[in-house]
Amino acid sequence: MTGDSRTNLPRLALHVPEPKFRPGDAVDFADVAVPPAGAQARPDTAAAPDSFHDLSYTLVRVLDEQGQAVGPWNPRLDPDMLRRMLLKMATVRAFDERMFRAQRQGKTSFYMKCTGEEAIAVAGTMALDRDDMTFPSYRQQGILITRDYPLIEMMNQIYSNTADKLQGKQLPIMYSSKDYGFFSISGNLTTQYPQAVGWAMASASKGDTRIAATWCGEGSTAEGDFHSALTFATVYRAPVIFNVVNNQWAISSFSGFAGAEATTFAARAIGYGIAGLRVDGNDALAVYAATAWAAERARTNQGPTLIEHFTYRAEGHSTSDDPSQYRSAGEPTAWPMGDPIARLKAHLVNIGEWDDDRHAQMDRDVAEQVRAAQKAAEANGILGHGLHQPLDTLFDGVFEDMPWHLREQRAQMMAEEEASGRPWARKEGH
Amino acid sequence: MARMNMIQAINSAMDVVMDRDPSVIVMGEDVGYFGGVFRATAGLQSKYGKTRVFDTPITECGIIGVAVGMGAYGLRPVPEIQFADYIYPALDQLVSEAARLRYRSAGDFTAPITVRSPFGGGIFGGQTHSQSPEGIFTHVSGIKTVIPSTPYDAKGLLIAAIEDNDPVLFFEPKRIYNGPFDGNWDKPAQNWSKHPGGEVPEGYYRIELGKAKVVREGSDLTILAYGTMVHVAQATVEAAGIDAEILDLRTLVPLDIDAIEASVKKTGRCMIVHEATRTGGFGAELSALVQERCFHHLEAPIERVTGFDTPYPHSLEWAYFPGPVRIGQALKKIMQD
Repeated sequence: MTGDSRTNLPRLALHVPEPKFRPGDAVDFADVAVPPAGAQARPDTAAAPDSFHDLSYTLVRVLDEQGQAVGPWNPRLDPDMLRRMLLKMATVRAFDERMFRAQRQGKTSFYMKCTGEEAIAVAGTMALDRDDMTFPSYRQQGILITRDYPLIEMMNQIYSNTADKLQGKQLPIMYSSKDYGFFSISGNLTTQYPQAVGWAMASASKGDTRIAATWCGEGSTAEGDFHSALTFATVYRAPVIFNVVNNQWAISSFSGFAGAEATTFAARAIGYGIAGLRVDGNDALAVYAATAWAAERARTNQGPTLIEHFTYRAEGHSTSDDPSQYRSAGEPTAWPMGDPIARLKAHLVNIGEWDDDRHAQMDRDVAEQVRAAQKAAEANGILGHGLHQPLDTLFDGVFEDMPWHLREQRAQMMAEEEASGRPWARKEGH
Repeated sequence: MARMNMIQAINSAMDVVMDRDPSVIVMGEDVGYFGGVFRATAGLQSKYGKTRVFDTPITECGIIGVAVGMGAYGLRPVPEIQFADYIYPALDQLVSEAARLRYRSAGDFTAPITVRSPFGGGIFGGQTHSQSPEGIFTHVSGIKTVIPSTPYDAKGLLIAAIEDNDPVLFFEPKRIYNGPFDGNWDKPAQNWSKHPGGEVPEGYYRIELGKAKVVREGSDLTILAYGTMVHVAQATVEAAGIDAEILDLRTLVPLDIDAIEASVKKTGRCMIVHEATRTGGFGAELSALVQERCFHHLEAPIERVTGFDTPYPHSLEWAYFPGPVRIGQALKKIMQD
């Protein structure tokens, strides 16, 4: 009966998003809007959140096609700082390439590169104070590298070796360093978002001057924690910076599955009463300027900022991923915002502070630095080559003090190892 | 010493700790100005200020996530989840984050948070104001689970929980907030004024986590219980004239295995009583432990008296609740076996 009375109504249709290009397709990013550099207004850091509509739908850009830094967002950094920025980005890329290869060589189980996204973590971190707290996702290795965390420590963790500060407890790249203001990375997506807000609220409640910054990908903005974090942040005007790294892909799902067909991620800030900036994520100067702006806003008790970094994940999601199975191989090179390292290099050359020879020398230097760190790290062992941590550390740190049931299980495990005849049973390792 | 009900004792615990330690903060839905829907935080905001006691948005994952971040900063947060039935949106933050933070960072970061949450049935709370989800959390490595049964214990255990450097779930049996409940729902309600557990020191004291309490010494059998069921079990054995030894476990993780083992080896029989549903409940773990450790001392199969494996009903509450009749029948069975 219901069917009869509804025969004249149009049929509903379920919309399931589909990326523009699949494997084998020719790529044309002509419809990706790339506004001219320097054309975006730079509001006062105390501006009301509801005034950010335009900035949430455009792209803040500083570096133009000729490599000049233009417009009100130009952070006017001195050449030494620009060179340091370039160096750190080059180091991140060299590190990624080396560790990716190490995984392919079977020296570790897993790795994730951030190729094409180096500007976001490096320039963002340079715009923060050294003691501001960062709550990263797994693709901000540039934070540690920018803060001069020893490369060998990162590699020790990746290899789960004798020197691994996390005692081999964590999957490779899930770094943690309180001393470097780098919160323990979790495999569970976006859990760090409300945690960053809590840290920022704690800092504010103590009358501290430090702020927090956090990062997630565009895919994981769909998590409930994203919503709860933004709600908490706006309610308590928390001194926190939310970074959404929109690299277009969440493993095989394009950004449309996080809602990008209908809006931008920066625009989500508007509804929460949070300042929202959308930034060319491959423009290191724009990333720096936006982060410095948001940091000043947070530090002056004007509240949180959400920055969408519009970028492109140039490589696979991880060493376990093959992007040729779901996207066109032409996408990374066709990306209209180019390569963040090449663009910063062009700028330094443009202002007469850099040249091809120095760049080539820098690349040789970072490659050598990374190679040396790898050699030193591998002297501490690589994954799978015997036992690296004393066996009984398996039970350390579940609780501050070990309860009886863990002590019993530890004794059981040690007895099993003795019975196994494996050399692992020796407590001292190796 | 003062006379307190469990609400007042819990309030006093937070007051005492906040006074001693400026890093302790209290947060949750309606806990600030209003003082909590059960009045557990009444007066704390006016005494300690809005930056230490404050209302939150209605987002449990946010409340716990924010608390974890505050703990990473160096605070000692005491977040409240208004009903244990509403803790599930925060499961990810509790299980994946708070419980693992120390382990996954090899001690680099910790989560010294105490999550308070009213739990348990017996109040016509229906499906979403009666649940006992402790078994979900006892299964998680890295979380401690504490359940008091008297005002005195509630204060001492809560102070110890807040001062503990590990994440603690502190489940408060709301049926006994105002007075002990013996399971006889058709009799007038009691208050804490005549119960020795209602005598509570006004100042600071701690009850060590991980220690059970012998509520009643006996030789016929051992009853393992916690929360409201301690009182129900006690009234039932007194009425039946059975010389049961009743252990109030107080902390489920870490468990006081020594007290359990000593008692069951003495009595030779063991009954486990909890409100939570049976399958996969904490009683299963207790039963397995007793079986493993006291096998040669057992004179009868271990009995579990629990809620049924159904959602908590509204109108049929007293058919569902593991009260005197169900416990009484189990007592007969275990004494005859």
